Amino acid sequence: MTTALINFFKDASNIFKGGPKYYMLMGILGAIVAVGLGAYYLQFDRGLIVTAMRDQVAWGFYIANFTFLVGVAAAAVLLVIPSYLYKFKPIKEVVLFGEIMAVTAIIMCLLFIMVDVGRPLFVWHMLPVIGTINFPVSMLAWDFFVLNGYLAVNLAALGYVLYCYSQGRPYSLKVLLPIVILSIPMAFSIHTVTAFLYGAAKARPMWNVSILGPRFLASAFCSGPALMLLVFQALRKYEKVDIEDKAIFKISEIITYALGINLFFLFVEIFTDFYSNTLSGVSLHYLFFGIGDKTSLVPFIWTAVVFNVIAFAIMLTPKYRYNFKTLNVALVLMIIGVYIEKGMGLVIPGQTPDTLGEIYEYVPTTPELLISMALWAFGAMIFIALTKFALPKIRASKDFEH
Amino acid sequence: MIKKTRKHPAAINLDRRTFLKGAALGAAAMALPPADADAGILEGFFQKHFREMNDEEIKKVIDRLEKDYSKQFSKEVKVKVTKPMENVVFGYGLDIGRCIGCRKCVHACVAENNQSRDPQIQWISVLKMKKGAKIADFESADRYYQPEQVPEPGQFYLPVQCQQCENPPCVDVCPTKATWKEKDGIIVIDYDWCIGCRYCMMACPYGARRFNWSKPNIPSEQLNPNTHYLGNRPRPKGAVEKCTFCIQRTREGRYPACVEACPVGARKFGNLADPNSEIRKAMEHFRVFRLKEDLNTKPQFFYFFGVKANRAEGGK
Amino acid sequence: MKKMKAVFFTLLATAALSVFLIQSGVHAQPQAEQAAKQQPKQTAAKLLIQAPDTVTQAPKMAFFPCSQCHAAMPANKTERALAFHAEIGLKHMPTGWCYSCHDEKNKDKLKLANGDLIDYSDSAMLCGQCHGATLKEWQDGVHGKRTGMWNGSKVYDNCLSCHDQHQPAFKAIKPMPAPERPEKIIYKKKK
Repeated sequence: MTTALINFFKDASNIFKGGPKYYMLMGILGAIVAVGLGAYYLQFDRGLIVTAMRDQVAWGFYIANFTFLVGVAAAAVLLVIPSYLYKFKPIKEVVLFGEIMAVTAIIMCLLFIMVDVGRPLFVWHMLPVIGTINFPVSMLAWDFFVLNGYLAVNLAALGYVLYCYSQGRPYSLKVLLPIVILSIPMAFSIHTVTAFLYGAAKARPMWNVSILGPRFLASAFCSGPALMLLVFQALRKYEKVDIEDKAIFKISEIITYALGINLFFLFVEIFTDFYSNTLSGVSLHYLFFGIGDKTSLVPFIWTAVVFNVIAFAIMLTPKYRYNFKTLNVALVLMIIGVYIEKGMGLVIPGQTPDTLGEIYEYVPTTPELLISMALWAFGAMIFIALTKFALPKIRASKDFEH
Repeated sequence: MIKKTRKHPAAINLDRRTFLKGAALGAAAMALPPADADAGILEGFFQKHFREMNDEEIKKVIDRLEKDYSKQFSKEVKVKVTKPMENVVFGYGLDIGRCIGCRKCVHACVAENNQSRDPQIQWISVLKMKKGAKIADFESADRYYQPEQVPEPGQFYLPVQCQQCENPPCVDVCPTKATWKEKDGIIVIDYDWCIGCRYCMMACPYGARRFNWSKPNIPSEQLNPNTHYLGNRPRPKGAVEKCTFCIQRTREGRYPACVEACPVGARKFGNLADPNSEIRKAMEHFRVFRLKEDLNTKPQFFYFFGVKANRAEGGK
Repeated sequence: MKKMKAVFFTLLATAALSVFLIQSGVHAQPQAEQAAKQQPKQTAAKLLIQAPDTVTQAPKMAFFPCSQCHAAMPANKTERALAFHAEIGLKHMPTGWCYSCHDEKNKDKLKLANGDLIDYSDSAMLCGQCHGATLKEWQDGVHGKRTGMWNGSKVYDNCLSCHDQHQPAFKAIKPMPAPERPEKIIYKKKK
């Protein structure tokens, strides 16, 4: 047992080994993280005043990124369902990478929350037992449990599989299946709870709509797997990981459905708000057309809509969906589109105009952007490190996995 | 113990022993408090939730806070923990027929409640709205009016502050229970327990809550030294604050500062549980309404039109 | 027989006299009250609200007592623009002028509609004649600036504490500064 553990950590040190390209990549990412740390020190010292958030728009770029990443994390389950439940072999191999992505995304989510709160040292107040968590009334309390729970479940699944592989034996489905089955409703729960986080704010008419939950899920299930498909193709190309085309095409089919549903939900929202023309629809009007001379979000949202529509058109056409060049274009457009529409395109207009009718145009400041970039770079580093750790084992498992 | 070293050319030549030594030293170094810190920082870090402290613990916290504030502002600062009175539920009435938008209430509140001057925090927002527009037309409201004289013709003024709702959405969403509704109806915040997540600011339909985006700055000479732990004591950076119906005054029978500052008598305050109080009389005299009633927050803040709006010289 | 007649008439006369005396004594009381009303106490306005709350006094007037000039002058009841007291621009009441409220004979007193004279410090009673609803609200503590204690002794400000009696409508005033716009709130380095 001890030897197994020692071997486990020995293999973990693989993270520090690699070719010059690996070091360059990690070096660049590390540099971005370092710059972000500097910006974070500024924010920690001076307060959140270094961001563009003010009383009128109190949630900004950090929460926008958090919302997008929760979707990415939830999408890992999309790969889990066909693989373990339907034993669709081509996807089975890539499930582990999906879980690595889920773990990375959740860690990034938690970090984005940490940089967003005003008194990060006191976040322990939110813990159960030693703090006073407001469960079950507060949606943030629910988010705390489901996010950490989802992280724990995914870490458990990942850890178990890699542990088995490092021992040179296949994993036992009897142990893994319950964990994996548990992760499916948990993936739905993290995104539903995050949607309820917004929906619970009855002060914000744009968020207090029942379609927010479905919208979140639909946009998660197209952007998350899209990100993963890009990563898989990179792994295929640079690390010679054997991922069958069939797996990629199956996932892209699922993405197409999700993107179509996402566009439909967007259309439904737009119709309801613009046709009824009530005062609660002003937020959407601000987003798409601006109010007066306040139009900072207009180019972004139209870009997002156009990108999503083009991506959907590409994905609908089998000729282009099965062509990697056009597929990748669609995936990139989709990721950018959903990132804008679910991130800044949701968080900011929900608070604009604010509850007393004021319009404050929020434009992220440099420290905010640097810190966010640093967190994305850190996430990339975690993903690469975990992949580096897992890859040799996955390769080795080919020998004993049918 | 046999040293195990990695032979990879680019790897750092680090063996287990050296690593553990360095880690232990690093952790020890971090555990040492900085040279000029005092034990107060650790006490402040581990301070419990206000409602979970017994009287003795509260006294210790108060002593520490009074010392810190007195040192910071070079004057004697008192921090009270006056409990709510029995059989009291506070209610507030505001006559928007009379309000002339002079903002004397805003600045009286700032002075009484030690709000940060820089960055500027003001708990009361006075909204200017056009006569004949929708009632409480927030879409065209303007907070930043600065005419030569008020009231301006054709406008009326709607001051908004914390409505101390009976069904408060802010209390529901707080993840740490740092904000709660007291027995006398005031919704209070334990500033030292608040983690600054600002979810309550998302949930409040009246824009009543303010955040300390940076360390608040109050010139010593302008500090009001009579403070309440849940009210107007100096707040930390990164905590949320809002109107507390001047808890340091009202729990001792005095009126809030805004009520006393209003030059046209537009503000009424009293105990809703007392049928003879002037707030109850105001509710009987006038047809009162509340803002955003459809959200079912049940504010304890009542608006009414006591007279034909703005009969002052400027507002015909 | 003659003696009995004399006793009877004496008794009758005594009875009549005593009845007359008693009657005049009874009627003397209301007269005493009437006399008291004609010199109202300074705290009459306090009768309008509950004791022991405080009623503030009206602000001091420039020239008081008025009788120091007006004792010698006869009252000129012609409605006109005044030469002296010209600075008082009367913008109150749709019709009426000085003697609607001021007493012609006794310039140190105000005149109620029923002819009663009151002190300047009790002017609330005069204002309340036309502004009855406002007077009722003031008595209930619902009209006017509020200071004092909400669960103790309140301060009821006399009408003239806030309203100029000749131009009661509030003048427009300069507002206090507007709040800072959020874009302008930035970090400033402190020493």
